[in-house]
Amino acid sequence: MKKRSLIPILYIAFLMLPIYWLVAMSFKTTNEILSGFSLFPQTFTLENYVTIFTDPTWYWGYINSIAYVTLNTVLSVCVALPAAYAFSRYRFLGDKQLFFWLLTNRMAPAAVFALPFFQLYSSIGLFDTYLAVALAHTLFNVPLAVWILEGFMRGIPKELDETAYVDGYSFPRFFVTIFLPNIKAGVGVAAFFCFMFSWVEMLLAKTLTAVEAKPIAAVMTRTASSAGYELGLLAAAGTLTIIPGAIVIWFVRNYIARGFAMGRV
Amino acid sequence: MRTENQKAWFFVLPVLALVAFNALVPMMTVVNYSVQETFGNNQFFWEGLGWFEQILRSDRFQAALGRQFLFTALILIIEVPLGIIVALSMPRKGFWVPVCLVLMALPMLIPWNVVGSMWNIFTLPQIGLLGYFLNDVLGVNYDMTQQPISAWITVVVMDVWHWTSLVVLLCYAGLVSIPDAYYQAAKIDGASPWSVFRYIQLPKMKTVLTIAVLLRFMDSFNIYTEPFVLTGGGPGNSTTLLSIDLVKIALGQFDLGPAAAMSLIYFAITLLVSWVFYTLMTKDDAQ
Repeated sequence: MKKRSLIPILYIAFLMLPIYWLVAMSFKTTNEILSGFSLFPQTFTLENYVTIFTDPTWYWGYINSIAYVTLNTVLSVCVALPAAYAFSRYRFLGDKQLFFWLLTNRMAPAAVFALPFFQLYSSIGLFDTYLAVALAHTLFNVPLAVWILEGFMRGIPKELDETAYVDGYSFPRFFVTIFLPNIKAGVGVAAFFCFMFSWVEMLLAKTLTAVEAKPIAAVMTRTASSAGYELGLLAAAGTLTIIPGAIVIWFVRNYIARGFAMGRV
Repeated sequence: MRTENQKAWFFVLPVLALVAFNALVPMMTVVNYSVQETFGNNQFFWEGLGWFEQILRSDRFQAALGRQFLFTALILIIEVPLGIIVALSMPRKGFWVPVCLVLMALPMLIPWNVVGSMWNIFTLPQIGLLGYFLNDVLGVNYDMTQQPISAWITVVVMDVWHWTSLVVLLCYAGLVSIPDAYYQAAKIDGASPWSVFRYIQLPKMKTVLTIAVLLRFMDSFNIYTEPFVLTGGGPGNSTTLLSIDLVKIALGQFDLGPAAAMSLIYFAITLLVSWVFYTLMTKDDAQ
């Protein structure tokens, strides 16, 4: 038994090493970083974090990112709910083809869409807004949300729907007061995945924004190139981008495994 | 059983409208560019399939495609078995389960450009933990900006670090769904660990493993941000994967025609290979 737990421990250690290094760097001064190797910060400093929290270009980067990610999550889950219900409960003309077509959008390389998206959103006047990024990210998040929710809804017996109709519930009332509470976990997992993929995606987010809605990634890239080599600052900014993900994942920790299997186990 | 009801289409309409807007309009733009030549000023000339021919015959595209297939093959060969091994050795219940799961999922929640920066900082010679360890402690000559081999190893290890957990979590989800009775029956029959794996665990993991392989194929085939931030495609062109090359042509050189043709070829290859994987892996179910 001891020997077996060695593998997960080694694997997790491998995962944590680069993260540890990033966090350690964020507490070092630029001098210390450039002067040589040190395993722990010798002169512990919060300077890098202070810079980020006091400079509007920095903290607005975070606010912008969180704004479009939240918008995308709400939008994706809201449109995916009725669609997933339809796929899980009814057969209709072209349902299989539609489902497959939705999934093919998950396969499209983001690089293919970068330029056409830029032109599309510029021409309808949405360039450099939260809505543009949120809408663009629905391309891969909506199919994913439909897929996950459909998996969870299939596990709910149809008798639940029928009993509710016999009891005189209207469809909207049934859906909101009875059905939704039953698939809470599924909604949570779907929202988590939308959050995750919108939060980590950078190519489209950067292409569709300039100043007003610039994501944190764009601010980081600019720092890396313009301000010489401020590794400490870059590390601190990177460390802060890990926190929202860590918070969100804590909420769905009991459903992660099932969620990654898209409710299909 | 699902009932026949054409009104269900109304439930699907919002999704359809949203995805059609996002997928069809840009796709038509790409198709449009791919068959035309432009010299600016919004003047376009019919080019037919010329760009497609040019791209398919160019050494540059073939080299990038070759690198892409090599990269994806390495990723699948390393990540899938490693993911299965880690999932098999994980505890099934108790306090450590959620801790393991959260820690393992963490790399996947880090923005992709930060993953690139993080590995850059991690591998810098003299400054980075790994770079220092390899160069100054082990005496290996390791420099990502100079040696293509170092760059390749780093990009592959970075992806293993980033995405193996996806395979682990999927397989783990399959494993915990196996009832204890199966294991007890195997024990009574005196089954070896290998036959437990082969005849109980592997079949139960089949669905999730299909999802894992498909997702890992698609995502590694479309990878852009992490290697771009880490190596910028270099040294030379050694780590210029398909997406990096495509963005160079489309946004760097602004060669819209060739870029569009390349996009369509790229997308077609992704779809085709995904479809082949999917058919092969679900073949037994159909029989």
